[in-house]
Amino acid sequence: MKKKRKRSKLRAGGVNPERFSRGQIKFYLYLIPLAAFMLLPIIFITMSAFKPVDELFAYPPRFFVKNPTLNNFTQLFSISSSTNVPASRYLFNSIISTLLVVILTLLMSSAAGYVLSKKAFKQKKLLFSINNLALMFVPIAVAIPRYFVIVYSGLQDSFLANVIPLLAMPVGLFLVKQFIDQIPDALVEAAVIDGASDYKILTKIIIPLIKPALATIAILAFQTSWNSTEASTIYINKETLKTFSFYNTSGNMVAGQGIAAAASLIMFLPNLILFIILQSQVMNTMAHSGLK
Amino acid sequence: MKKFLEKHSIGVLLAPYVFLFTLFIIIPVLAAVALSFTYFNTIESPRFIGLANYISLLTNDKVFMQKVIPNTIIYASIVGIGGYLLSFFLAWSLSQLTKIPRTILAIIIYSPSMTGGVLLSTVWGVIFNGDKSGYLNYLLLDMGIIDKPVLWLQSDKYLLTIMIIVTLWSSMGIGFLAILAGIMNVNEELYEAAYIDGVKNRFQEIIYVTIPSAKPQMLFGAVMAIVNTFTSSGVGVALSGSNPTPNYAGQLIVTHIEDYGFIRYEMGYAAAISVVLLIIIRLASVGANKLFGSADE
Repeated sequence: MKKKRKRSKLRAGGVNPERFSRGQIKFYLYLIPLAAFMLLPIIFITMSAFKPVDELFAYPPRFFVKNPTLNNFTQLFSISSSTNVPASRYLFNSIISTLLVVILTLLMSSAAGYVLSKKAFKQKKLLFSINNLALMFVPIAVAIPRYFVIVYSGLQDSFLANVIPLLAMPVGLFLVKQFIDQIPDALVEAAVIDGASDYKILTKIIIPLIKPALATIAILAFQTSWNSTEASTIYINKETLKTFSFYNTSGNMVAGQGIAAAASLIMFLPNLILFIILQSQVMNTMAHSGLK
Repeated sequence: MKKFLEKHSIGVLLAPYVFLFTLFIIIPVLAAVALSFTYFNTIESPRFIGLANYISLLTNDKVFMQKVIPNTIIYASIVGIGGYLLSFFLAWSLSQLTKIPRTILAIIIYSPSMTGGVLLSTVWGVIFNGDKSGYLNYLLLDMGIIDKPVLWLQSDKYLLTIMIIVTLWSSMGIGFLAILAGIMNVNEELYEAAYIDGVKNRFQEIIYVTIPSAKPQMLFGAVMAIVNTFTSSGVGVALSGSNPTPNYAGQLIVTHIEDYGFIRYEMGYAAAISVVLLIIIRLASVGANKLFGSADE
């Protein structure tokens, strides 16, 4: 404590201060207006989602909702799109495919991350550096060849086209591997001496210890899959297999602003809630995200 | 069976990832390179034409040279470099606050990046709506700055600016979080030592302590900024609702690829543009590496 006081004499505030001081006011002066600007469109969409029709088209436009109603939500699910597929079907597809993507990505990245971090084999370095190179991979840059891969692998027009192309996530493997690097080798060696197989070590030792990293990847995989429209736009022609994010972007939204806002809110909220729940784990993982 | 699994555990654990990684990342990249040397309209099989695609891209494609390249340079430098500097500045500012307000503000600043490309058009579409009930039009009409509604998203004068604002708004993603985590984890004793060594103010503190200590996370943040810049560049099409964008005002390399690939079905030509894009992304990250990479590599 004494040390702290001495330090604060040396410099006001600093990184991660323990309590509020006047020196912090200047940061609030620009951070709060900026946060308000960031939040504005999100508040706006929330307001619109609960507005009744007369308020949506009122002139002058009103920002705040006066008589909130759930009408937009009930309409979203009661009317079907121009193709006779109800919105709930798209939502169902999104939920299932996102769950699959999250679970499979977690399994694959932790398995590969463990091997890359703790096992010795030829080409290990090469594999990891290829993966690092792929961190900057931008899927839409090669959308065309990816489309042909889908066609030739027989995934076109199948539900799995929503899932499989998203599973290899270089950022996911990278973060898990960095996190497993923090686990002392001795722990793994001790388990090997006790006769544990790699599968046992992975499930009994590694996975319980890397929960923060797994939480982070779960969020990233969730966002990627939940927001993805690539598969529904390019790989799948059957309306009944497409996802909710696609439903949002497609011309189905002629029904009106209020319904579109309701749908957007349904898209956005799961992302937000998941992040709020897991944010401290994410920050913990990001501390190990350094590229050297 | 069990014996086999035990013996080849490395391969078994690695296989699913490596297989899908090869299938959806490596093969597409190689295929793009291969296709870029062909004429391919998806009906006939690809015909080898050497460097013709690249030559016509650089000499014949007026839109590419006059619109796409300048737009991409403006867009990438403001969204990529500007957004990156902004994310560092915001992360550093947040690190100067106490825990609870810091967490709340970080969640708020990060939250737009979760909206992905999907919500952009609904959320911003209404704000920039072209008739007088659009929020921006209403505000400006009310204040007397404009005298009739502006078709913001259909206007070649404003589209690129709007795209930049919207993308900056949604660009504080995991790179921003990594930088914040990096700054938060700088050893406090380093600051004390630096002050004893004569560092006098916050600015010097950032230059001599914060940035060198958070370098690895800052490099990660830079790579994420580059990826985000190019991934989000479909925003012009999402906002204006058409590809090509009005008068090519919001046309970027990625949308140019889609224009040729999925609208005109000139796959070979589109692949050549993809290769150019991949090279640009690679060069950008080599640049980031030069700035932040450790010397021993």
